Amino acid sequence: MSDKAIGSDVVSAPIPVREILPWIIFGALMLLAIYFVGAEEGATSLIKGMYVHEWVHDSRHLLGFPCH
Amino acid sequence: MVRSLLIRGMLVGFVAGLLVFGFAKIFGEPQVDRAIAFETAMDDAKMKADAAKGIHDRPEPELVSRPMQASFGLLTGVMVYATAFGGLFALVFAFANGRATKLGPRAVSALLALTGFVAFYMVPNLKYPANPPSVGHPDTITIRTELYFAMMALSIAAMAVAAVLRKRLAPKLGVWEAAIISGAVYIVAVMVVAAILPPINEVPSDFPAVVLWHFRVDSAAMQIIMWAVLGLGFGALTERSFIAKGLYRPRLTPALVWR
Repeated sequence: MSDKAIGSDVVSAPIPVREILPWIIFGALMLLAIYFVGAEEGATSLIKGMYVHEWVHDSRHLLGFPCH
Repeated sequence: MVRSLLIRGMLVGFVAGLLVFGFAKIFGEPQVDRAIAFETAMDDAKMKADAAKGIHDRPEPELVSRPMQASFGLLTGVMVYATAFGGLFALVFAFANGRATKLGPRAVSALLALTGFVAFYMVPNLKYPANPPSVGHPDTITIRTELYFAMMALSIAAMAVAAVLRKRLAPKLGVWEAAIISGAVYIVAVMVVAAILPPINEVPSDFPAVVLWHFRVDSAAMQIIMWAVLGLGFGALTERSFIAKGLYRPRLTPALVWR
């Protein structure tokens, strides 16, 4: 019989949740990076001054974040 | 496994960022410049009027020059944003693949990018659209940021609920009905949220409408480029790698599917 017969597909098995969990820390880092582009030195501020805000100013506007 | 997906996601995000930057530089920046020209004209008029009354305003100090903001500044912001979204995308894919549907990795990736675009950008921006410089009072930045992030968070939460609902309903109702019903649940949920959250309208009355329109179209186009490259690029690379590792075997070769 042909391999291509219906029903012979192998759906990739889900990756166990306990294998994914430790990587959530990287997800948090990604969110932090997005925060710095999107909101730092606007509504809230972790670093003093306005340099980060001014540096990413144009991308903040164009990526749809509120600015000024 | 998760590690290689994460690295792939960030690499695809990086490439998407380069394309988004190219688009933003060519199409988005001229709109930003026009908006800033409007802002400067308004500031000059105010300063002249104040000077006539004997008040002398000090112009805002420029920390980063316009050419820097429009080149390396824009590049930094876009690259960090797209690479970070690539990484997040890969982590959500790692969870969704093999769980959310019985579709192959390429289809999962494409559908995930579509839902990501709708939940992260499209819906929040229908309520609180992207604004060029000079639109929005500096005094309201806090409330505007809070509302925008609240809209985004509720949109993402509603999308997650809809995804779980679709999965639950599919065995009983079939995939089409389950998708239509859960999609409608998402739409109703975000409509309720959008109706409750207060409106923001801070567009100056004489701000050029054409600049606002082009700015918002360009902003949406940047997101479409990013999510399309993420969904299609990550999907293609991951499916190829899964087939090579024996983790996934397509039922039909693509050539047969399209015949």
